[in-house]
Amino acid sequence: MTRDEIFTKVQTILVDALAVDEDEVKPESSLTKDLGAESIDFLDIVFKLEQAFGIKIPQGELFPENVASNPEYVQDGKVTPAGIAMLKARMPHMTLGAWEQDPQVMKVQELFTVGTLVRFVEAKLAAK
Amino acid sequence: MRWLWIDRIVELVPGQRLVAIKNLSLAEEYFHDHFPASGEMPATPIMPACFILEGMAQTAGILVGHAEGFREKVALAKISKAELSADAVPGQTLRYTATLQNLDALGASTAGVVELFDPTRPGEATTIGQIDLMFSHLDHNMAGLDFPAHNFVFGESFKTVLRMSGVG
Repeated sequence: MTRDEIFTKVQTILVDALAVDEDEVKPESSLTKDLGAESIDFLDIVFKLEQAFGIKIPQGELFPENVASNPEYVQDGKVTPAGIAMLKARMPHMTLGAWEQDPQVMKVQELFTVGTLVRFVEAKLAAK
Repeated sequence: MRWLWIDRIVELVPGQRLVAIKNLSLAEEYFHDHFPASGEMPATPIMPACFILEGMAQTAGILVGHAEGFREKVALAKISKAELSADAVPGQTLRYTATLQNLDALGASTAGVVELFDPTRPGEATTIGQIDLMFSHLDHNMAGLDFPAHNFVFGESFKTVLRMSGVG
């Protein structure tokens, strides 16, 4: 499956899960900031990705978990260098970009874009 | 006592499907407010759609809770889809069929069909809606919030329905 084909399927999933218009779903759209996703939507998206692509997504693989509550990874509301290293190692589909300069933990969710999902699915399908 | 919107569970296939019914009676107070006579308009008792939604949420919620032995606190988190095409009125019976679509540690999704039975047309069910829902397991919420240890979701009133339906 090509990246474009994956994107089209992901787009359909997000239109359905988030009640947004197709043209709002661009590769660079942030799931929370631009498309209004809330926490339960992330679970909905995981279920829909599993079904659409025939993949299994273990808890914590797509979206990081237990980061905020771990003092090794977060101090004073900012993700520590160890936390950033962990995100890079465990979440290679995420693009940290300019966020690394001011790594506020509250803004981690905003880093999840449509492109993040596409890259994640691409890697999962390649590993199948 | 929690406000129950199902009267009886009529079928349970654990982890797959739960079917419940709700009998509508003019003795239920809300019918007198929804809608009362006004001006030239006579009183029009119809069941508010939000209560039909709650009926499906309870049906599907019990299915999800049962699948994990009622250890999880199952809370309605999202109405993915809700379509209703007809009114339900006193003397009729609603049948909710909830099917489990996905279940994991964080929560579950269900698909639901709402059917209507009218005693003037015995044995004939009319499908009047589709209600798809998502549930969260509160103790595994993504926000990391803490909830009381006891399972306040599946209290006495739900246990009574389960027991009276022969599945408790």
